[in-house]
Amino acid sequence: MEKRYDDVHAVRGVSFSVQEGEVFGLLGPNGAGKTSTIEVIEGLRVPDGGRVSVCGLDPQKSPNELKNVIGATLQQTSLPDKLRVGEAIRMFAGFYKKSRNTDELLTRFGLDEKRNSFYSQLSGGQKQRLALAMALVNDPKVLFLDEPTAGLDPQVRREIYTIIEELKAEKKTIVLTTHYIEEAEKLCDRVAIIDQGKVIASGTPRELKQTSANTTRVEVRLSKPASNGTLKNLDGVVDARELDGGYVLHCQRTAPAIVALVKHLEAENNELVSLEIATPSLEDVFIELTGRRLRD
Amino acid sequence: MKTILTLAAMRIRITLRNKAFLFFSLFMPMLFFFLYGSVFAKGNPVIVTILMGPVLSLTVMGTFWGLSMQLVTWREQGILRRFRLAPIPPSKMIASSVIANYALILPTVILELMLARYFYHVTHFGNLLSVFVLAILGITSFGALGLVVASVTNTMQETQIINQMLWLMLIFLSGATLPLALLPRAVQRVGLFLPATYLVSGIQRAMVDHAGIFSLGVEIVSLGCWAALAFTISSLLFRWEPEAKLPRNAKLWAVSTILPFILLGIWENHNGKLLATAASMMGDRPTKSGPAVEKPQ
Repeated sequence: MEKRYDDVHAVRGVSFSVQEGEVFGLLGPNGAGKTSTIEVIEGLRVPDGGRVSVCGLDPQKSPNELKNVIGATLQQTSLPDKLRVGEAIRMFAGFYKKSRNTDELLTRFGLDEKRNSFYSQLSGGQKQRLALAMALVNDPKVLFLDEPTAGLDPQVRREIYTIIEELKAEKKTIVLTTHYIEEAEKLCDRVAIIDQGKVIASGTPRELKQTSANTTRVEVRLSKPASNGTLKNLDGVVDARELDGGYVLHCQRTAPAIVALVKHLEAENNELVSLEIATPSLEDVFIELTGRRLRD
Repeated sequence: MKTILTLAAMRIRITLRNKAFLFFSLFMPMLFFFLYGSVFAKGNPVIVTILMGPVLSLTVMGTFWGLSMQLVTWREQGILRRFRLAPIPPSKMIASSVIANYALILPTVILELMLARYFYHVTHFGNLLSVFVLAILGITSFGALGLVVASVTNTMQETQIINQMLWLMLIFLSGATLPLALLPRAVQRVGLFLPATYLVSGIQRAMVDHAGIFSLGVEIVSLGCWAALAFTISSLLFRWEPEAKLPRNAKLWAVSTILPFILLGIWENHNGKLLATAASMMGDRPTKSGPAVEKPQ
């Protein structure tokens, strides 16, 4: 798939397939092309190249048929302020050929007590739960969730995770975009890491982490900048990169690497300000591939 | 149809919860009604009958504002994007706006007729079928005009500026505020190019002269064609999100909605029938609804 906005080439040949009953994640930093990708698949944007098929339907050729079999939440859902929660969900149920029991959905998403509240009176978490309930109102075959927990506090984020895990247990096919490592690792069966409009790695979180599994990430901060390239040559270190004013060392043998680092710093009249040892995560995969953090 | 009615019901509910709507669509028309009835007509039932043309036209033309502002607000706030995820084509979104306006505006039209009966003792309402046909066509066509404006503007401010310009022209040059016959001849001639002029004149003729649907052919056909044209163009230019690009010739399409009235204006300027009717409406003449009408001083 290709997508351009004037001079900006937002999606450059992204390609993937999602199996029925799978939770598939598009993981990448802001501006990576995740939303453009998902909105082309939903039929909200016209691609500039490539082919998209959802349940055998082309989003551009059969938009209404497609919308009947998918459910989606946008990065930011807005409804009229003076629309009540119960009215919103009943109204959206009325747009589809098939619809679920709206009372049941309100109960399931903890919105029963809010059914008579105006949309403007809901908290961020309640609005996101309503968005999820509305996405499920037509009992979709595929659910698209664009940054479902972005901007929500940790407690509400966990609530949303629970809902998505329940949907996963029901074998719903879900495609979600996120820039949270934890979210992708916790919820997704498979992940495509996307950066600057390209898929740079894909697989199960375990498979992806295995690419970094034989190394440990050691993050250090020094009182003075290290000489160019010297950290990479230390014993036990396979890769060293500068990141956020510190250094990330990928070490095959952690203890000898730390000893070598300390000796090196003494010799260089440099000091260790902080040192952090982390187990490999999808963030390491991203850093290894791009030299940047996901949140950059 | 189910989708249109579902959307229309939602729009009606939301609009009735909006205090601004109640002010502009209920309070303002009532203000005009009593201003015209008590100050201009001095309670004379025959003059009130004549002035019901402008009063009802102003009420009907008010649809022009609500629809365009709501569409632009919803587009700016990202509300239309959420609707776009559902299987709703633009034509249904637009049709629902127009249907909602029938439910919101026609009761005010009925209320004004009832108030004319009870406050000013108007006993002859002429041909009410024609009045309602014209009111429905007016709601559709002026509503669709608002939607055309909303389709080619990007921000609320831009919409308000264009709406103000159109609105002032529509109400001051059409006979909706000052009777057409009292306007300078040159202004009258310009007024013949405006749809509002045909709405005001049509309703006046239906109420004062008992004009039936067939004798109001020019007004009904012109407003009907205009409504169909404006509705089609607003559907074609409909944008779900502010970033969506307009077709290069969109503004030209929008301007083309005035085409029926350019042709009609040329025709009416040539034969002068409407201006003659407007003049006779204000002159000393016996009417079917009562005694001779004196020209207001």
